[in-house]
Amino acid sequence: QAMELSPSHFSASRAAALAAAYLCYRRGNPSRGLALRGVRRARREDITDVGHKYHLELVLEDVPAKDMTLNCTAEVLYPLGSQKSAPDVQFTLEGELRDTAEADNAFYNQIKSLDQELVAEDIPDSQGNVPPALEPVHLLAWVASGYLIWQNSTENTKFQLAQVKRVKQVPGHGCSQLLPFSSSVFSLQEIIPWQMRVLWHPQHGVQVTEDRHQPQHRLQ
Amino acid sequence: QLDFWRHATSPGHPVDLRVPFPSLQAVKVFLESNNISYSIMIEDVQELLDEEKKTMMKSRRVERSTSMFDFASYHTLDEIYDWMDMLVDNHLSLVSKIQIGQSFENRPLYVLKFSTGGSTRPAIWLDTGIHAREWITPATGIWMANKIAEEYGQDPSVTTILDSMDIFFEIVTNPDGFAFTHNSDRLWRKTRSINAGSHCIGVDPNRNWDAGFGGSGSSSNPCSETYRGPYAHSEREVKAIVDFIHGHGNIKSVISIHSYSQMLLFPYGYKTAPAPDHQELNELAKKAVSDLAALYGTKYTYGSVVDTIYMADGTTIDWAYDNGVKYAFSFELRDTGRYGFLLPSTQIIPTAAETWPALLDIMVHVLEHPY
Repeated sequence: QAMELSPSHFSASRAAALAAAYLCYRRGNPSRGLALRGVRRARREDITDVGHKYHLELVLEDVPAKDMTLNCTAEVLYPLGSQKSAPDVQFTLEGELRDTAEADNAFYNQIKSLDQELVAEDIPDSQGNVPPALEPVHLLAWVASGYLIWQNSTENTKFQLAQVKRVKQVPGHGCSQLLPFSSSVFSLQEIIPWQMRVLWHPQHGVQVTEDRHQPQHRLQ
Repeated sequence: QLDFWRHATSPGHPVDLRVPFPSLQAVKVFLESNNISYSIMIEDVQELLDEEKKTMMKSRRVERSTSMFDFASYHTLDEIYDWMDMLVDNHLSLVSKIQIGQSFENRPLYVLKFSTGGSTRPAIWLDTGIHAREWITPATGIWMANKIAEEYGQDPSVTTILDSMDIFFEIVTNPDGFAFTHNSDRLWRKTRSINAGSHCIGVDPNRNWDAGFGGSGSSSNPCSETYRGPYAHSEREVKAIVDFIHGHGNIKSVISIHSYSQMLLFPYGYKTAPAPDHQELNELAKKAVSDLAALYGTKYTYGSVVDTIYMADGTTIDWAYDNGVKYAFSFELRDTGRYGFLLPSTQIIPTAAETWPALLDIMVHVLEHPY
């Protein structure tokens, strides 16, 4: 039996944030990110010896086409016990995602043919600005962070990408583009420096091949 | 070489002249040896000219600032402190600036007082910028303070509020942290106080209040962003407000503004038991977020801190509530994580504009429900 939760309750919003991050990782690309707009309904089911399962009805928005929203149902199962396995997320999107094949290919060709490797820092900057040319890089980091968030979330966490500190394209990886990101990830007030190596290809999607984070409290 | 300011007309009538400094001795000697009496009207003309120039420049700067202060940009501490003086200058009968203390690094802690008179009228306390990286909050605070000043006498709600209550508004509640976010680390949160025995700096000013202090909703580790401090009110920035509110004795509402998450919160954070006024605060929050959404559709969640975010002890609003301030609220402004703390400046005015009706709802309710 599932217990109804207020959509404002923190356990609902954490599960929703996780579901959205996972969804973004699975369906996002440098031309389309997915972000959580709101929680319409949330229920929690405690499954003995298994874990806590959240049944969610979410509204997502298409980043950068903010006016496009999408309804979604998701089930998030946080496993019990100390084995550190990622939560299981199942989702169903109502309707279709905006097609971004053209934009993706354009960005892919663009960075494939750069004279010098792409290097960028502080995305967004202090004022919240992202130069339009770097927006796909920002979205790529956002999508890749969805993977980190999924892999590392528990009922007691709420991760979000805070800022890309540095990215430097690494050439020569066959068809895929390799972009290692140094980022700051935010969780319940703490800022965690987190490095990730991200492979991307328009047809193969986003892959995080390696990631490493510093302990909870960054050096002050 | 002599510059006659009043020329000779007829005998017996005085003459005024300006004497350049190098000629002063020679002129005096000439006048004295010819028995011409004289008196010095202006000792130093240049000094007068300099004074006048300063006054002119000051008023030009004030004039320029009034119409040209950029509310749609993020500003430095100095720019904000300058703007405060300008606001006071432009609304002398309504706004004054008081200093309630000093930060750890000895920066002044300024509060804007909005008052139409009386003596210790019931009052509302507002603060922004207690967490350094939450730049949208002082930016919103500036816009709202300006709005309050402009709308007195224009907007019926603002006018009735200020006709019987005072408003105290601390725009940069953590100036050391704020300066640090400009100069060193944009994502800094805490104060900049030194922690004995640790290389880590700073205390979370929203875990340092004496309400449930030291529980599981804060950290004992100086390196943590939610470090509570060595003892309650250890931070000068917090103690200054505590002393002010206690000293005032008639504060009826405390509204502390943070970012981000899009939430409107009320006590408690340090315990799960609902506050005695839970129902009333919940209803008021519900109305306020509904009015907030009316402008751009921005959705807020609302509830007690402990239900809506997590357990948090030693917070501003819990302390206020436990010290007799019934209407204690905390806003978490835009956004929900897309930009987070790094909210683009293009969102400053929309954020302030949508939050304004929500703030007014609370202030009107406070006015209409005296206790």
